[in-house]
Amino acid sequence: MSEATAAPAQSRANQKKELPEHFRDYKHVWVFIEQERGEVHPVSWELLGAGRKLADKLGVDLAGVVLGAPGEGTRKAVKEAFHYGADVAYLVEDPILTDYRNEPYSKALTQLVNTHKPEILLLGATTLGRDLAGSVATTLLTGLTADCTELAVDADGSLAATRPTFGGSLLCTIYTLNYRPQMATVRPRQMPMPARDEAKEGRIVEFKADLDEESIITKILKFIPDRESSKTNLAFADVVVAGGLGLQSAENFQLVRNLATTLGAEFGGSRPLVQKGWIGADRQIGQTGKTIRPKLYIAAGISGAIQHRVGVEGADMIVAINTDKNAPIFDFAHLGIVTDAIRLLPALTEAFRRRLSPHQRDRLAS
Amino acid sequence: MKILVCIKQVPDSAQIRVHPVTNTIMRQGVPTIINPYDLFSLEEALRLRDKFGGEVTVLTMGPPMAADSLRKALAIGADRAVLLTDRFFAGSDTLATTYALAQAIRKIQEVFGEQDIVFAGKQTIDGDTAQVGPGVAKRLELLQLTYVSKIENCEPEKREIIVERRAEGGVQILQTKLPCLITMLEGTNEIRRGTIDDSLRAARAEIVTWSAKDAGIADLTKCGLKGSPTIVKKVFAPTPRSDRAALIEPAKTAAESAEALIGAIFAKKASLESDMAKLASGS
Ligand SMILES: Cc1cc2nc3c(=O)[nH]c(=O)nc-3n(C[C@H](O)[C@H](O)[C@H](O)COP(=O)(O)OP(=O)(O)OC[C@H]3O[C@@H](n4cnc5c(N)ncnc54)[C@H](O)[C@@H]3O)c2cc1C
Repeated sequence: MSEATAAPAQSRANQKKELPEHFRDYKHVWVFIEQERGEVHPVSWELLGAGRKLADKLGVDLAGVVLGAPGEGTRKAVKEAFHYGADVAYLVEDPILTDYRNEPYSKALTQLVNTHKPEILLLGATTLGRDLAGSVATTLLTGLTADCTELAVDADGSLAATRPTFGGSLLCTIYTLNYRPQMATVRPRQMPMPARDEAKEGRIVEFKADLDEESIITKILKFIPDRESSKTNLAFADVVVAGGLGLQSAENFQLVRNLATTLGAEFGGSRPLVQKGWIGADRQIGQTGKTIRPKLYIAAGISGAIQHRVGVEGADMIVAINTDKNAPIFDFAHLGIVTDAIRLLPALTEAFRRRLSPHQRDRLAS
Repeated sequence: MKILVCIKQVPDSAQIRVHPVTNTIMRQGVPTIINPYDLFSLEEALRLRDKFGGEVTVLTMGPPMAADSLRKALAIGADRAVLLTDRFFAGSDTLATTYALAQAIRKIQEVFGEQDIVFAGKQTIDGDTAQVGPGVAKRLELLQLTYVSKIENCEPEKREIIVERRAEGGVQILQTKLPCLITMLEGTNEIRRGTIDDSLRAARAEIVTWSAKDAGIADLTKCGLKGSPTIVKKVFAPTPRSDRAALIEPAKTAAESAEALIGAIFAKKASLESDMAKLASGS
């Protein structure tokens, strides 16, 4: 994305694609499989799903790129990459790659790209993916489109990467015409999770990166995992209940938590609640917070600003509770009720409890 | 310590409106601000200076009016401001931006001395790419520490720094050497207001203004549109959903409204009820 201007570059927008000679043998679609301490970030599978479509359209292979310490965790990530659709896995195993550090990871990935020449390289827009993608794209002097919401292949075979701009008020489609690889990052939960196919296998290409610990300056002194309690599952929850400024106080936000607890759901909120300290930053939903894709999303006292909307549009059903019948949230919610959330939430919690709990139902019947 | 902070002047995107017919951004009258994420980095730079002595230089690339943001940074407490401005930079994407900034930083080192730390914002609120920091680091071959939540320890004589960095699923405590590039996370420190002395000084301060040539940028093909591998082909507004929400009529009591709403939810998607019963019973 243009840092300086979002206006279409008219002078170049219609420019004919003339890929320089040395880029013409760049082929195949690659997905960086983000793997740490034996755990793969699910955005990698979502990207394989998106990458599959691009590869099929281009008639090329889909590859997963796995970097990590030699061992079972790394090998398991490779196997899983095949199950989620990769035809090939590029595997770089080295003890230096045990934990993520920018220096060895960007070196290894750059070397791999220069050797095996992909035409498209996708990474998750996670803290790791963004840290890595920026370094690799700059080293390769190629284009990188951040936080894409849609990826497509154009008639002439170029990657069309669409992303929000100006805080989500507009979308823009960006091309990297004359450079390779075409790089993009995509946020977790932006793309649907593809089906897993246990039977699918693939080819492993091992790669020995030129790395040595002596020359790596940054050392990891410690890794402190998040407490289990603060690890929110918001992005992957089936049901999410969220509140906004309409709740009027931190105390009233408890009503959202109560409903969430009753439903076995995750809770979240709009950005102002984070700024007011009513909820933690990892509970923010939206463009600068988390993208979610639940089966049911209940939004109480949230106006539905565009920055909030882009984070929830993947939900199967959006239910809005708002006192203002003209609130923008009713433009994209499926169901709504124009009423005071502070009064409705406790009643809703109670009614759901009755309806969903078998014990309660038995007791009522007897 | 000599510390450099890259900042950007951005439109206050909370106040941006999109023209309903032409789908273009209506910039007129939209106030500009220093990119909010840059302020966390600026504050951290000022703290290091206050602790170890030295000076903080702020750098921005932008149109001449970006000088306003530099003046605001001086009023907060920065010691020197450099504006890199030239029509050759128009239309720069992140790669071209990092080239120009890196060249300007080289020039700053030449004129004002080696910089121990370069700070940048985590991301901007208009471009939102989070790529300029890593890009500048790569161009200058600096070690890079992004998403830093805390500087645990810094020992300028030993050229050593220890930081706490947000990673996936936890925090890393990293040790590295100066010089390095750091981007700070939001909310890590409280941004100071600057003293009256600072604002008086800022009002009078001379802003060092460089063209591409002044900054020693000879290769203009790496700048602006020419130097940008990405091109924006299309800008458009998100498509509105065609149907508005089906509205449930509120009943006399909240309990009745709740029943009606739940009924409508499960009528629309019957399979939800059994899914949710499972969730609610914790299985
Ligand atoms: C760069 C940028 C990034 C942003 N990123 C995000 C983001 O990631 N996520 C996000 O959410 N926002 C984000 N925002 C902020 C966004 O623009 C909105 O300001 C925000 O979403 C509004 O929050 P809200 O709906 O809770 O509050 P408000 O806009 O104040 O809306 C409150 C709503 O509650 C209703 N209400 C009032 N009382 C009641 C009641 N008793 N019962 C029911 N309804 C009631 C009102 O009618 C109103 O619609 C971002 C903004 C910018 C500029």
